[in-house]
Amino acid sequence: MLTVENLTRTFGGVTAVSDVSFEVAKGTIHAVIGPNGAGKTTLFNLVTGVYTPTRGSIRFEGQEIGGLAPEKLARRGISRTFQNLQVSMNLSALENVMTGAHLGLRSGLLAAMVRWPGIAKRDAELRDRAADLLRFVGCGDHVNAEARSMSYGALKRLEIARALAADPRILFLDEPAAGLNHTETHEIEELIAELGASGITVVLVEHDMKLVMNVSDRIVVLDYGKKLAEGTPAEIRVNPDVVAAYLGAESEGV
Amino acid sequence: MTAPTSPAAIADPPPSITAARARRSRHGVTLAFALALAVLPLVLPNAWTFDVAIRVAANATLAIGLNLLIGYCGQISLGHAGFFGLGAYGSAILTGHFDQSPLVALLASALVVGVLAQLVAGAILRLQGHYLAMATLGFGIIVSIVLTNEAGLTGGPDGMPVTDFAIFGLRITGEGRWYWIFAALLIAAIVAAGNIVDSPAGRALRALHGSEIAARVVGIDTAAHKTRVFVLSAVVTAILGSLTAHYMGFITPGVASFHKSVELVTMVVVGGMASIWGSVVGAALLSLLPELLAGLDGFETVAFGVILVATMIFLPRGIVPSLAARLTARGGEPC
Amino acid sequence: MSTFLQLLFSGLTVGATYAMAALGFSLVYNASGVINFAQGEFIMLGGMFAAALTAVGLPLPAAIAVAVVAVAVVGLLVDRLAIEPARDADVISLVIVTIGVSMILRGSVEIGLGKGSHALRHFSGETPIAVMGATILPQSLWVMAVTGAVVAALALFFGRTRLGKGILATAHNRLAAQLVGVDVATVLLLAFGLSAALGAVGGILIAPIATTSYDAGVMLGLKGFVAATLGGLGSGVGAVAGGVILGLIETFTAGYLSSAYKDAVPFVLVLVILVVRPRGLFGLGPSTRV
Repeated sequence: MLTVENLTRTFGGVTAVSDVSFEVAKGTIHAVIGPNGAGKTTLFNLVTGVYTPTRGSIRFEGQEIGGLAPEKLARRGISRTFQNLQVSMNLSALENVMTGAHLGLRSGLLAAMVRWPGIAKRDAELRDRAADLLRFVGCGDHVNAEARSMSYGALKRLEIARALAADPRILFLDEPAAGLNHTETHEIEELIAELGASGITVVLVEHDMKLVMNVSDRIVVLDYGKKLAEGTPAEIRVNPDVVAAYLGAESEGV
Repeated sequence: MTAPTSPAAIADPPPSITAARARRSRHGVTLAFALALAVLPLVLPNAWTFDVAIRVAANATLAIGLNLLIGYCGQISLGHAGFFGLGAYGSAILTGHFDQSPLVALLASALVVGVLAQLVAGAILRLQGHYLAMATLGFGIIVSIVLTNEAGLTGGPDGMPVTDFAIFGLRITGEGRWYWIFAALLIAAIVAAGNIVDSPAGRALRALHGSEIAARVVGIDTAAHKTRVFVLSAVVTAILGSLTAHYMGFITPGVASFHKSVELVTMVVVGGMASIWGSVVGAALLSLLPELLAGLDGFETVAFGVILVATMIFLPRGIVPSLAARLTARGGEPC
Repeated sequence: MSTFLQLLFSGLTVGATYAMAALGFSLVYNASGVINFAQGEFIMLGGMFAAALTAVGLPLPAAIAVAVVAVAVVGLLVDRLAIEPARDADVISLVIVTIGVSMILRGSVEIGLGKGSHALRHFSGETPIAVMGATILPQSLWVMAVTGAVVAALALFFGRTRLGKGILATAHNRLAAQLVGVDVATVLLLAFGLSAALGAVGGILIAPIATTSYDAGVMLGLKGFVAATLGGLGSGVGAVAGGVILGLIETFTAGYLSSAYKDAVPFVLVLVILVVRPRGLFGLGPSTRV
């Protein structure tokens, strides 16, 4: 579904991502892991349109998407969440989730001014569907809440609900468990597994090894911007290069 | 897997119903306000009070348009009076020098302003914060200088007279008739703005204000949305400019000055950002202030300044939203 | 040739004034991220206070000293009473606050000293000096010399002293500055006081040439802001360069093209710069991480 080929990105003198290639098959959960600074988030930002590749190609469902702006990628069914939380705090939880489905709605100013028929009805349907999505990701208590009153963990799940609102073909989760405690991490793990089971293709960047090992179908390991290894969790677990790169992170439970 | 929802939550009505109820009560308030405006002429004692009411209505309409840009969408414009001046002088010149009908002149000026706003927006809306403030400020001042200097067309610093307004032969003169026009426009603005805010378009604007990158990744073309609301508010401002010019019968380049741009922003910010009723309140307050301090020029300036500073310190979200927040907090909702 | 020289002298003089205004903007912006729309009023206050004090009989040097100190105090008060309480607000709120402050200052002067214009005595007489076919007023030489001295002093202050470096550090990263013991609130206070004093000096220098009145600050402030943007917000070198360049372009445009549109020149320039290179000549670009 997604093919990354010889992807490279440099910033000034620093090569953040260097000649990375891998493929993500449809309907799988694919994880990108690596020590801090390995280039995982840069890779994410390249694939989701936040950065432009210096070299290399990114193909989604056969079409080249490298360098396309994020709003164009959304049209192709690509959704993502953010490591550092990008939530519109001035909106309510529901409204944030509703923006996820923006592309399916008529969003012209003039049409809105005159209450063009159909806008209100579809908005009402979306509002209820957004409430369902919030409940699905475990934010059922926050259906009527304002975004700014929600906890960090709840907001991370809100982002997932927002990403799901677009019925994405592929979902990119940027460190979904970052900053969460054990219980919350477990809940996220279950949520991701459920998403995978429902057929959505998921690509995630994550530090929590337990979660990654439990939930992924395939894992790509990055180190210093290069691909170090790729394989199933079982293969990665025993890969000597990976173990060496992570020496010092043993406490994370590889 | 999902967190257990409390029994009370299950018994809550679906959010769409709650939202529909909220919308109906908003419509109710608007209707009540419209009725109040309809009845007001019966209690206004003289032409001067009508004049004040007209000015409040005009300023409120301007403030609502500007609030869509500043409050809801989070942009800044310190040059909107430039659009007002272009609308005003466009109408004045087309009717005065070129014998066009007032309605045609109004529409033509609005169209030109729309195109100009589109071009300006394309050039500057990618700027943020102080840079955007500076760019809009520069635009407004350039317009005001041009209007002052091109005396052949505009009458220069002393201004120029403006013919009466007429719609299909019916001349609109006198505060009585003008009141209905401005009041109707205000109601239309309240309704239209409310419809925008309560729609996907409005949500997109507010979302991009909160986080532009989050808006982009869900597919919102933030540049296009910002441009559209900028153009809309510019066109509304220009139309108000045209009508005000005809109402007053005379305009001077001062209507496009930096001072006027600041007044407009003040009404929005003091009344309440992202609040339609806030704009009405802000416009009322700041239109009535000169009346109270008439003749005491220095004091008026100082009072204006004190209101600005005090509001930003004590009621940072503006009067209406801050008061609304205080009222709902006292309503016993857990913080 | 003599017209060119005449315009050059004029341009450098007014450019020096813009440079002082721009420095005041940059200083406050550096310390707090705030664009102080009241900077122009500090300039106006300097000239007005000095004029008023000489009018009641104070000798010129004393009037100047008292005026500068008084305006510096006003700057401190502005920071304490208006800026500090609103410090965490967003950009547009801060813009509004400083605009409000400028109105309070302007209105107060209108009440206290009336609407008329006031003239300050030229420091060393009004006899123009002949230079290569053009004339230059002694006051112009004062403007350029004092501005140059002030710029040099500021360069030393920010480059060599602990306090100066502290102010710059706060500009780059407030949290980091706090962590190493820089008192942010005090830094802001000093920045305001200093920029007010700078404005006052600029206003006093130019008052004999330009006369001053309660609303003289508005345009000066805006043009100073433009000069700071041209040179790069937050850059001291940029402020001076921006001011001088603006003064020269404005004067030469008025001299050779059209004096009616002289006042439009700064704003056309700023629009061009903001579209082409928003960070100005010497400014650093913004950077955000996703």
